[in-house]
Amino acid sequence: MISLQHVTYTYPGTTSPALRDISLTIPAGQFCALVGANGAGKSTLAYTLAGFVPHFYHGKLSGEVTLAGKPTRLTPLSELVLSVGLIFQNPFNQISGTKFTVREEIAFGLENLGMPRPEMQARVAATMALLGIEDLADRSPLALSGGQMQRVAIASVLAMRPKVLVLDEPTSQLDPIGSREVFTAVRALMAEENMIVVMIEHKLEWVAVFADRVVALAEGTIIADGKAAEILTDETLIGKGIGQTRYTLAARQARQIGRWLDGQPLPVTLEQAVEGFHRASMKAEG
Amino acid sequence: MTNDDRLTTADKDIDICVDSLFFTYPSGVEALRQVSLHIAAGESVALIGQNGAGKTTLVKHLNGLLKPTAGSVRIADWDTRHRSVAQLARQVGYVFQNPDDQLFKPTVLAEVMFGPQNLGWEAGRVEDQARAALRMVELSQAANRHPYDLSPGERKRVALAAILAMDTPVIVLDEPTTGQDFAGVRLVGLIVDALIAQGKTVITITHDIDFCAEHFERVVVMAGGRLLIDGSSRVVLSQAEILAQTYVEPPQLMRLASRLGMEWMPLTVDEFIKQLPGS
Repeated sequence: MISLQHVTYTYPGTTSPALRDISLTIPAGQFCALVGANGAGKSTLAYTLAGFVPHFYHGKLSGEVTLAGKPTRLTPLSELVLSVGLIFQNPFNQISGTKFTVREEIAFGLENLGMPRPEMQARVAATMALLGIEDLADRSPLALSGGQMQRVAIASVLAMRPKVLVLDEPTSQLDPIGSREVFTAVRALMAEENMIVVMIEHKLEWVAVFADRVVALAEGTIIADGKAAEILTDETLIGKGIGQTRYTLAARQARQIGRWLDGQPLPVTLEQAVEGFHRASMKAEG
Repeated sequence: MTNDDRLTTADKDIDICVDSLFFTYPSGVEALRQVSLHIAAGESVALIGQNGAGKTTLVKHLNGLLKPTAGSVRIADWDTRHRSVAQLARQVGYVFQNPDDQLFKPTVLAEVMFGPQNLGWEAGRVEDQARAALRMVELSQAANRHPYDLSPGERKRVALAAILAMDTPVIVLDEPTTGQDFAGVRLVGLIVDALIAQGKTVITITHDIDFCAEHFERVVVMAGGRLLIDGSSRVVLSQAEILAQTYVEPPQLMRLASRLGMEWMPLTVDEFIKQLPGS
């Protein structure tokens, strides 16, 4: 379990807090998506969950962040990184730049843990298979396309089997089916390892399908916290930069002209939209 | 290399002709295999396809950053092989996928003025163009800030403004919605619509298929360094089986319409609503 109690954080050299009185508890085995406009505090919250705030970014932190009951500010980053994996938005920042092949890059973190060679080889192979990058094993990590590099960056963190996985827009450069594969892989590993997954993601269709919980942020505070079906259909949140899927938008417009049943919740996934529009058309046909 | 910077054709008639283009990187990776494509002046074209399909390699040929291994790329009557990147930059503006590959000036305004300055315009016109471009991307307030003090999404919009300010007849946007939030994606969409309305040729690479459907008339699908299919957005984006070969799915509204048995594939919510029974 990871827990924030009344956390307020201000970056060094700034006066306005990036996070304001955040309280949030995420249990093991939960996939939690962070949504909100740019500048709402999503990345800062992700860095705080991963211990990079305050260990790496310094600044002024009040309140308490605990991981498995232990305050992260009292735990050295070198220890935190063993249990928390952070995947950056830009994969170029994740790749070590010191390894000649993708296979070596993914093994890098495990080498540092001193993992025995056979176990390491098996772990690297399994992780490459999970992310569908076996064919890149002998390529240079620096000579990949943006999306390929993003998969390698994700694999290098997943290979460590962290207890908490924090992903900052992990699929920003991935093709659509590739994005879904990465979400599926993360979800599968989460179930297997009872991980906590916290993900910043603008692709709301996949947030709706994969996340157990959606936390919406604006101006450094939590403005909504609940299931995707509630948060992503809340009309009051649209103006606050949360956005909506085309399914929700289409159903909302259809409802205005009586083509979506009043009692039917607005959809956030394809399946919910198909069901809702079927019901409305059956009613229309009497 | 010729010193003549003038095209014999007027800006509004600039077309792009890619003929049997092959490109192999020095590492030996064969990124493009016999790609042929004609883009008329004023067209809006989205290049889609899986990572590593060759999309970025292809557009880097349009402004001469890469030169063909075999085949040719022609911008109006210019063969890119015989032109410098500086000459081609007057015709084809290219906004990089990663803004950090492009930004290097100490203020946002200086960054956006850099391109027009190099076109040899007089100072007043340079600043006017730069400020107009910053207004378009809604970053006028940030003119005197350092680009690296901005968020990645804002930096991406600075990189876009830097190209808009050059007022080129052809604009290439490599993944313009990446890192943009809901409002940012909408803004980029409005800018694309405005550029198309001005008669510019707009070419994008995007993985955001919903964005592609709503703003681009033509879609070119790539896989493994080749063109897989090329046609109108409505026709191409509804081909689920072909798109799946290159890791792309039809847009949300087409997937929904197809599950509901609609015959006409909608590109926008309005088109979808019109087809609902009883509408």
